[in-house]
Amino acid sequence: MNWQVVLPLLIFLVVIFLIGFYASTYLKSTSNFLQEYFLGSRQLGGFILAMTMIATYGSASSFIGGPGVAYTMGLGWVLLSMTQLATGYFVLSVLGKKFAIMARKIRAVTLIDFLKERYQSKWVVILSAISIIIFLFSAMAAQWVGGARLIESLTGLSYTGALFIFAVSVLVYVIIGGFRAVAITDTVQGIVMFFGTLIILIGTVIAGGGMGNIVSELAAENPDLISPFGSDRSLTPLYVSSFWILVGVGVVGLPQVAVRAMSYKSSKGMHRALIIGTVVVGFIMLGMHLTGVFARAVLPGIEVGDTVMPRIAMEVLPAWLAGIVLAAPMAAIMSTVDSLLLLVSSAVVKDVYLNYVKPDANDQTIKRLSIGVTTVIGILVFAMAINPPDLLIWLNLFSFGGLEAAFIWPVVMGLYWKRGNASGAMASILTGVGSYILFNTFMPNAFGMHTVVLPVLVSFVAYVGVSLLSSRQHAVVQEKVITKLWSA
Amino acid sequence: MKQNDKVFEDDPRYRVANKEALIGVGLVILNFILWYGFAYGLGSKPVAEYSYIWGLPAWFFYSCILTTAIILVLVILAVVFLFKEVPFDEEDEQ
Repeated sequence: MNWQVVLPLLIFLVVIFLIGFYASTYLKSTSNFLQEYFLGSRQLGGFILAMTMIATYGSASSFIGGPGVAYTMGLGWVLLSMTQLATGYFVLSVLGKKFAIMARKIRAVTLIDFLKERYQSKWVVILSAISIIIFLFSAMAAQWVGGARLIESLTGLSYTGALFIFAVSVLVYVIIGGFRAVAITDTVQGIVMFFGTLIILIGTVIAGGGMGNIVSELAAENPDLISPFGSDRSLTPLYVSSFWILVGVGVVGLPQVAVRAMSYKSSKGMHRALIIGTVVVGFIMLGMHLTGVFARAVLPGIEVGDTVMPRIAMEVLPAWLAGIVLAAPMAAIMSTVDSLLLLVSSAVVKDVYLNYVKPDANDQTIKRLSIGVTTVIGILVFAMAINPPDLLIWLNLFSFGGLEAAFIWPVVMGLYWKRGNASGAMASILTGVGSYILFNTFMPNAFGMHTVVLPVLVSFVAYVGVSLLSSRQHAVVQEKVITKLWSA
Repeated sequence: MKQNDKVFEDDPRYRVANKEALIGVGLVILNFILWYGFAYGLGSKPVAEYSYIWGLPAWFFYSCILTTAIILVLVILAVVFLFKEVPFDEEDEQ
């Protein structure tokens, strides 16, 4: 075991645990357990809000998978990943104030609370809860596999041992600290991600003898590595542009991102988060993927893309610094799964149990149940990740695109279009998820675009069309909804 | 929904929210145009004819680095000059 690398990682874990204990003091003293556990009592300031959004969104793929592909494809892949710059400001300016104000009017704690009040439909709630539970559960399991593989490769522990360490660390602080622990640890993790990116990028540029030198070495190997079309010229402008939907603007529909837009304290915090978020997302995405490309000039001939980041860190940095930098992908993975874990348990406890099983449960029961459900889900994910079944991998493929196709219109149009109604929302969720799975199976990359594009269009048509057609049926309910959500 | 508008006034804070959402959409469109224009406008010619800035191909510098900087400046300007602070707290926020 390489202690110089492992030690910074251990220190990182200890810090994360301490934050969990700190946050748990809020949970003990709160008068409203649900608001605190699942939303941190809406107390997030600008910096924490920006960091928790970025850290939740930046996952294993930003730090491990993405740079690996960039290594193979060249600068064209960095161009593609820069479509994510939009998430920094788009999500907050679109959901921003409207979502925060509406969520407070109806005291919503989860995304589904909002959908429930907005559409007044049992089926919208049930379909949404099912989508969240299935898709996020599999997304989470996939992240755990990534986290365990990373620990395995750094420490030389067995895969199961590494998975165990990873799972226990995440579970402990999420269970004892809830949303506040997740948001604060996300902040630390975001800072680690930011500086990790900075250090590894500088280290790689120096090791490669400067940017000019690296670029000319790449061009000598294959000129297309420095073109926007990718090393094999497979990145067409249309395909690359379609990523604006998947990772740029579609992110508005991801529940784990949307729920953060109801957690901030004031509009000042939101404004600050907008700026910080844009800076940090832009920097991390540019830096990480550029490092992946540059690594090719420093360490040519790496076959497995996922090993590019760990190997380049060990190569260009002193061991202790590599340890700090490699805490970044760990941070990215942990900060993604902690939020998903909380979101899945909120779907089970708040959206299903409290809505339909036992609406009058007392505080003590809710508390025990929330903690219990979070634990059980964590253990289930652990069990799934030990030997991931094919179904899980298959579902994970759908998770982000599927959730976006399901939720983008019920959320966005629900906020901005008064005539959107329950039938429209249901049609949108069903056609979104359904067509996403169908396109993915039978016509992936239809017309040369990413699979998510057409389902997002189809579900928009379904939302608007069905809302208009069924407007008469919903007239009475709509009137009430509009009065409740829109009136001053 | 004209008939509803007559019944009550929309929450005045929504006017601010709607405007800011439009600013966000505008920024995305501008961001896309700059990003796309520089990348494929300058990057489509043969690699041998590329010019370089800071050692990076010019298309990459303009599209990924300069555009990012421009958008960032615009985001800051928009937030400082166009975004308005509104109170969030309702009567009995717990």
